[in-house]
Amino acid sequence: MAITPPPERVWWNIPIARTEITWIVIAFAWGLLMFSAMIYWHIEGEQNLSNESYRTTPAAFSEKANAMVEQYQVREEAGMPVVHPPPGSDVYMIARLWQWWPILEFEKDQTYRLHLSSMDWQHGFSLQPVNINLQVHPNYDMVVTLTPNESGEFGVVCNEFCGIGHHNMIGKIYVTE
Amino acid sequence: MSDFNHRVCPATGLRIHKSAENLIKANAVVAIVFLAVGGLFGLMVALTRWPGVHLLPADWFYLVLTGHGLDVLLVWIIFFEMAVLYFASAILLNSRLAGPRWGWAAFALMLVGAIMTNVAVLQGNSSVMFTSYVPMQAAPHFYLGLVLFAVGALIGCFVFFGTLVVAKQEKTYKGSIPLVTFGAMTAAIIAVFTIASGAIILVPTFLWSVGIIGNIDTLMYKTIWWAMGHSSQQINVAAHVSLWYLIAAVVLGSKPLSEKVSRMAFLMYILFLQLASAHHLLVEPGISSSWKIFNTSYAMYLAVLGSMIHGMSIPGAIESAQRARGFTNGLFEWLRKAPWGNPAFSGMFMSLVMFGFLGGITGVVLGTEQINLIMHNTLYVPGHFHATVVAGTTLTFMAATYLIVPLIFQRELIMKGLARWQPYLFGLGVMGISVFMMGAGTLGVPRRVWDITGADALIKYDYSGAAYLMMGLNGISAIMAALGGLLFVIIIVGSVLFGKRTGDKPLEGMTMTTAANYGSDEHPKIPGTVVLVAIFFTAFILYYFVNWKYLAEVWPLR
Repeated sequence: MAITPPPERVWWNIPIARTEITWIVIAFAWGLLMFSAMIYWHIEGEQNLSNESYRTTPAAFSEKANAMVEQYQVREEAGMPVVHPPPGSDVYMIARLWQWWPILEFEKDQTYRLHLSSMDWQHGFSLQPVNINLQVHPNYDMVVTLTPNESGEFGVVCNEFCGIGHHNMIGKIYVTE
Repeated sequence: MSDFNHRVCPATGLRIHKSAENLIKANAVVAIVFLAVGGLFGLMVALTRWPGVHLLPADWFYLVLTGHGLDVLLVWIIFFEMAVLYFASAILLNSRLAGPRWGWAAFALMLVGAIMTNVAVLQGNSSVMFTSYVPMQAAPHFYLGLVLFAVGALIGCFVFFGTLVVAKQEKTYKGSIPLVTFGAMTAAIIAVFTIASGAIILVPTFLWSVGIIGNIDTLMYKTIWWAMGHSSQQINVAAHVSLWYLIAAVVLGSKPLSEKVSRMAFLMYILFLQLASAHHLLVEPGISSSWKIFNTSYAMYLAVLGSMIHGMSIPGAIESAQRARGFTNGLFEWLRKAPWGNPAFSGMFMSLVMFGFLGGITGVVLGTEQINLIMHNTLYVPGHFHATVVAGTTLTFMAATYLIVPLIFQRELIMKGLARWQPYLFGLGVMGISVFMMGAGTLGVPRRVWDITGADALIKYDYSGAAYLMMGLNGISAIMAALGGLLFVIIIVGSVLFGKRTGDKPLEGMTMTTAANYGSDEHPKIPGTVVLVAIFFTAFILYYFVNWKYLAEVWPLR
């Protein structure tokens, strides 16, 4: 039994039953396949993280974000600037207690270099209803090159707990035709 | 050699030393107290997240959620694991416990630490969640309590290791240690790694909270914190898998199909499980994809392989024992005629199935580097780990408690009729919690959020009606699980206090005699298990590829 010492003194020489060894081989092969799938997706798949990120500071990052807003603001909404940056450009979104700033407006099927960083605690960038989720740290500038492939109005919800106002930290991204 | 204070167990003939017995009792009792407290917190969390009920105000919600994670994920489980370690060493090896005074020191430190951290949380200034990500700061005694708790647990592990040495030297058993003790040793080794990681991160964080250290890097914190946080879940896996073997042996006398294979599978846990810190870092900036892929897959899924091996060898051992007893008709007579009315068995078997199908498969999918993008920090994550930790670990610990009460407390169960149903009630509730939270997560609902209606937010986002439905069903499931949990606490506390003494009677529902393998030792025949494993594997493959398809549909990003 499993609660008594093995009855055979030399238990490690007992051959393994065929059913068990077959399952071990299948399970091992499945593991290799799942491992390869992640590498394959980096080559052929379209949804990967870039590994591009930089050290920054809240001051340096917000300076870049402010410059972008000054240059490309098109209107205001809920007291917040709405920015329509040119396709292909560097776009900045600030995460702070408790807002995503500013509101961004993208064009469908165009590519943008979205920079994310936090001014204070950790936050979670959760694009809804697309359901793309990224972790946002202070002092790290994460660059995600993304291509919206549908138009409409999208929510940016915070999904990393950031204190008492966490549930109110909602931002917005528009994608125009 | 001074401890001659022992009795002889009427069921096994093993010598049971008072010192070990008392420590097992103390740790198990405190564990169940914290399960009751943490479980109540959990119910309050679920009822708040049910939009139609929305029980607590925001500050209380975040406070209670912090306490829930702390008390059930950490305190209940580790206290119970201490009881398991002492049982698997001193009792199963027929030995005295090494340094029982150290065992009591460990117990005292853990208790003081657990209370200190709970006080910090209840005072309201430490609603930082179980993960306490910097630079969010809790009160200093929040961290100090955790450190004391961890030091206590570490001492407990060394009492376990010491007992292995004592038993070997005093020749209290012949040959190799039993498989269950081997599994417990795996858990204890992983625990040492876990606690060391915890000390490396929590001691500096404590110093930061009192102002001695100026700054802690957020990414560094998270990497090391999860070397503790995720590895502690691997202690649980090693512990509850050991208990699956134990329950199958005690209830049915089942024998492992192969000692070698099962022990190798445990060894894989030691070698690879710790890499899983990466599961929490898959969408972080500043970490390369190659690091993520290697670590998140436990080096090519070798720890998953360990679990998949146990997934065949445990039901296989049960089938083999049942068939040897004469339940040989068809593929599944052995399973139909299993002791489903014995809560130790039913709890264990449900736990095995749910851990594999719900917890295991979703864990691999969630831990796939790119698929994590569409699940990270949504309710999918708590959905997944309620299947592993609650359906897996907690339900198994409950099942094992039904054996500990007669074996160690020497009391018969009270309310046997209700006890038969308790694992089903709790198990089904947890299944609902897990499935509905995962459902809500795939619809984008974030974890750890007080309100998803955005009622007070400047900018709103509307979740689909289906998401609201999921949150309601989650609330109903949580009520069911809470009733099951309450019933468990009442039955166990009642039995320990008022149950009939077992005396020297044979114990109900326990076989304790080794069943032969069906077929031969080299070729045990387990056709039913082969079918079950094939169903599992098919479900795994389908679910895995469906999620790649979901990923392929979201916005391209690189």
